[in-house]
Amino acid sequence: ITILSYFIFFQQRIEIHKLRQGDNLILGFSIGGGIDQDPTQNPFSEDKTDKGIYVTRVTEGGPAEVAGLQIGDKIMQVNGWDMTMVTHDQARKRLTKRNEEVVRLLVTRQSLQKAVQQSMMS
Amino acid sequence: QDDNWGETTTVVTGTSEHSISHDDITRITKDMEDSAHLDCSRHLGVSLAGALALLAFLTPLAFMLLPQLLWREELEPCGTPCEGLFISVAFKLLILLLGSWALFFRRPKAFFPRVFVFRALLMVLVFLLVVSYWLFYGVRILDSRDRNYQGVVQYAVSLVDALLFVHYLAVVLLELRQLQPQFTLKAVRSADGASRFYNVGHLSSQRAAVWILENYYHDFPVYNPALLNLPKSVLSKKMSGFKVYSLGEENTTNTSTGQARAVIAAAARRRDNSHNEYYYEEAEHERRVRKRRARLVVAVEEAFTHIKRLQEEDQKNPREIMDPREAAQAIFASMARAMQKYLRTTKQQPYHTMESILQHLEFCITHDMTPKAFLERYLTAGPTIQYHKDRWLAKQWTLVSEEPVTNGLKDGVVFVLKRQDFSLVVSTKKIPFFKLSEEFVDPKSHKFVMRLQSETSV
Repeated sequence: ITILSYFIFFQQRIEIHKLRQGDNLILGFSIGGGIDQDPTQNPFSEDKTDKGIYVTRVTEGGPAEVAGLQIGDKIMQVNGWDMTMVTHDQARKRLTKRNEEVVRLLVTRQSLQKAVQQSMMS
Repeated sequence: QDDNWGETTTVVTGTSEHSISHDDITRITKDMEDSAHLDCSRHLGVSLAGALALLAFLTPLAFMLLPQLLWREELEPCGTPCEGLFISVAFKLLILLLGSWALFFRRPKAFFPRVFVFRALLMVLVFLLVVSYWLFYGVRILDSRDRNYQGVVQYAVSLVDALLFVHYLAVVLLELRQLQPQFTLKAVRSADGASRFYNVGHLSSQRAAVWILENYYHDFPVYNPALLNLPKSVLSKKMSGFKVYSLGEENTTNTSTGQARAVIAAAARRRDNSHNEYYYEEAEHERRVRKRRARLVVAVEEAFTHIKRLQEEDQKNPREIMDPREAAQAIFASMARAMQKYLRTTKQQPYHTMESILQHLEFCITHDMTPKAFLERYLTAGPTIQYHKDRWLAKQWTLVSEEPVTNGLKDGVVFVLKRQDFSLVVSTKKIPFFKLSEEFVDPKSHKFVMRLQSETSV
């Protein structure tokens, strides 16, 4: 049961409405990581072999911050597309599709993990 | 002084006369109405300048001597200040003499056709100066028999000072003004496209032409007519042309241009493989040259190992001791064949006779040069001045220009220096005006962070 709860509780769904800026739709955060990048350089991952996509910066007042995305989140899915085994550029493309106004992310967060771990320990 | 190269520049524009033989610059043309006074004007100018210079030089001395000669008894005695002034006059005149010698007495590099305005201006200035000084002298001192000798000597000293300043002006106008680069000249050789860029200051076209020639002889690789054309095997295919037959009787006035156009159009449409031939021919030639060159280098290296300089300690039979010429002849035989083959492949053999090679070898041996230094002259085509004087053809240059040759250089001026077998086309461009802006960088502002990984903002 505890293993299942890992999968259920440690993830959060976040819905971001893109903001139109001129000709572009922006989300207001920056991503890092990917299977073609160096995972040891990732300051946010706990496991240094993790090649997933992480949120490295969140613009203040942007759509991502408003939706509740935080710096250090690992993005697991975008609109149903898996993001754990993609290259950096593929990740970028999946987030910046021109015909999508809303993206639904599935993220996992270390603080969440730690909170649940602590609650499980106690 | 060997100045017979780069000397004669004759002008094709028609009114070519000799003139004052000094280096100079001008931007204003002066019309020469009577071209009859050819040599006269030249010698007249020089003698006039000389007379004026002599007059200016002797005037201060005259100023100081005349009172002594004419009214000596009435003069106030003048002790130390006068002696000091005498010494200063003497040294200033000496400096003036040396300066004039350095500036004006120079052998001409080239013959220029026109009179130069700056020289005339300076002569007029000196003349006016001297005349006005004499006028005042005559009125104030000679007529009134001034007793104050110190005043007279100071008057003379002031004239010498003024002359020194005129000399300074001459230096600035004649020498310094042209030093700062204003134009970039591009010289292109019409035969093979070798080109160079030169920076010059404010010069007249003819002066710039002489400058270009001086630089041509040591910058441009020697003109080798054998290297110009594509090998015959490449071009021969183009010789077979088309024949044009006119069927039908309608236009018996079949113009030749119509026929020519038809031939050209057909030739253009035909599949042409001559570029292929050219490429392979070039590659083959390169290979051959490299092979011959390798053989030459090895032969020369081996030849040089056969001789060495005689040391003091070595006791040798006097019959075995050679001077450089004999040493050169001794080792020349082993490299002669390789050298000749190489020169023939690179089409340089007209430029190097056996005698010249021997002389160069002797020269290199005398100065303890290595085989590589010896070969430097043959492996690359050197500038024209490196070769024998017969190749220089320095007196054959002609300056061809659409504008008067004493006009100063301007942006866009083009002139041509023609020789029998090729010509140098020179075009002028003004050096751009640079606007430099300043940016201050605080040394403490150099800060860096690690770039951890690619980061894209979405």
